[in-house]
Amino acid sequence: MKCDEEIVELMHEYLDDEIEPQNEMILRDHLKSCKECETIFNEFKKTIAVVKGTSRMQSPPNFTAKVMASLPKERKKVGMQRWLRNHPLIAAASLFLVLMTGSVFSTWNQEREFSVSKQENLVIQNDTVIVPEGEVVKGDVVVRNGVLKIEGEVQGDVTIINGEKYLASAGHVTGQIEEVNEVFDWIWYHMKRIAFEVVDIFNEGEE
Amino acid sequence: MEALIKKRIKQVIKGDQDAFAEIVEIYSNGIYQLGFRMLGNRHEAEDIAQEAFIRAYVNIKSFNQDLKFSTWLYRIATNLCIDRIRKKKPDYYLDAEVSGTDGLTMYSQLASNSPLPEKELESLELQESVQKEILKLPEKYRSVIVLKYIEELSLNEISEILDLPLGTVKTRIHRGREALRQQLRYV
Repeated sequence: MKCDEEIVELMHEYLDDEIEPQNEMILRDHLKSCKECETIFNEFKKTIAVVKGTSRMQSPPNFTAKVMASLPKERKKVGMQRWLRNHPLIAAASLFLVLMTGSVFSTWNQEREFSVSKQENLVIQNDTVIVPEGEVVKGDVVVRNGVLKIEGEVQGDVTIINGEKYLASAGHVTGQIEEVNEVFDWIWYHMKRIAFEVVDIFNEGEE
Repeated sequence: MEALIKKRIKQVIKGDQDAFAEIVEIYSNGIYQLGFRMLGNRHEAEDIAQEAFIRAYVNIKSFNQDLKFSTWLYRIATNLCIDRIRKKKPDYYLDAEVSGTDGLTMYSQLASNSPLPEKELESLELQESVQKEILKLPEKYRSVIVLKYIEELSLNEISEILDLPLGTVKTRIHRGREALRQQLRYV
C-alpha cells in the first residue's frame, strides 16, 4: 500500500509539535493499520534521537581569552575610567590634580590678551605702556602681555605678566617690580596673591 | 540571564571591553558547536566562532536591544558558516577525523593504550556517521537541522536567525529530516 503524502505531512507536523489534535488521531489510527508508515515514522523518531544525541561540544580552552585578545583596542577613555574605578584614592588625587592644572592653564591661556591696570596718566601705544617722563603714577601697575616703559615714577608695585619692562634711568618705582613670564611663575604669582588676599581678609577682620 | 546579557551589552556599548568576556563565555560552546556541525572540523569551528564574536563586538551598536541577543549572535555565526561552506574547497585537517566526538582526535585515540570498550566504539561510530550525514546535507537544510536539533532552537527563532519565513523553515526542516532518515535509518 502506497500511503498518501498527507500522512508524511502529518508526521512532520507531529515532529514539529504543531499537529492539531484531530490530525494526531488520524495519524495514530493510520500508523496502527499501516506497517509501512509506522516504519517511516519510527525511522524519523530514531533519526531525530541520534542527531540530538550527538555529544555536545565544548569550545576549546582559552577560547574567551583568544577572542578578547583579538578584539580591536578599546578607546583609551574607557580603560582610564575602569582604572579610576579600581583605584578610587589615586583617582581622587588625580582628579584634583587634573582640575587644578586645568584651571591654572585655562586662566593662563585666557589671559593672553593685552591688558593694563587703569591709571589716568599711563600712555598706551599698541602693546606698549609708557609711564611718561615727569609723571607720577599712583597705585600698582599691572601689565599683561605687553611692554612697560617706565620713564617717570610709579608709586606702587609693578607687575608684568608675560611681557617686558624697560626702566629708563630717570624712571623710578617705589614698590616692588615683578615679572611673570612662565607658567610656573604664573602659578607662584597666583599662590602668593591668594595668600596675600587671605592675610588681608584676616587683617581686615582684626581691624 | 537575558537581563544580565542586556546589562553587559550596555556596558560594552559604553566601551567597556571587559564586559564582553562574559558574553563570550556564555555563548562560546553553542557557537562553537554550531560551527563544528556546520563545517565539520574543529579548526574551522574555532575560527568561525571567534570571527562571529569579533563581528558581534564590532557591530554591537547596530544590535537592536529589544531583540534577543542570542538570535542576533546566531544569525552572525550562521551567516559566516554558510559563506564559508559556499566558498569551501575540500580541505582536511589532521584533527578533523573523528568527528562528532568530544575532544577525541586521531591523535588522542592513538595515544590511548587501552582499546576502547565496544560500546563506546559503537557510539563513536554512530556519532561519526551522524556527523557525516549532517555534513552531506545541502547548506540550506544543514543550517535548519543543526539549529533545530543540535542547538535546540524554536522554529520561530530559526526563522529569525535565517531571516526566512516560518513556512520556508518548516519545509527545509522536513526535507532535511527526510534526507537524514534515508541515510540514518539503518544505523
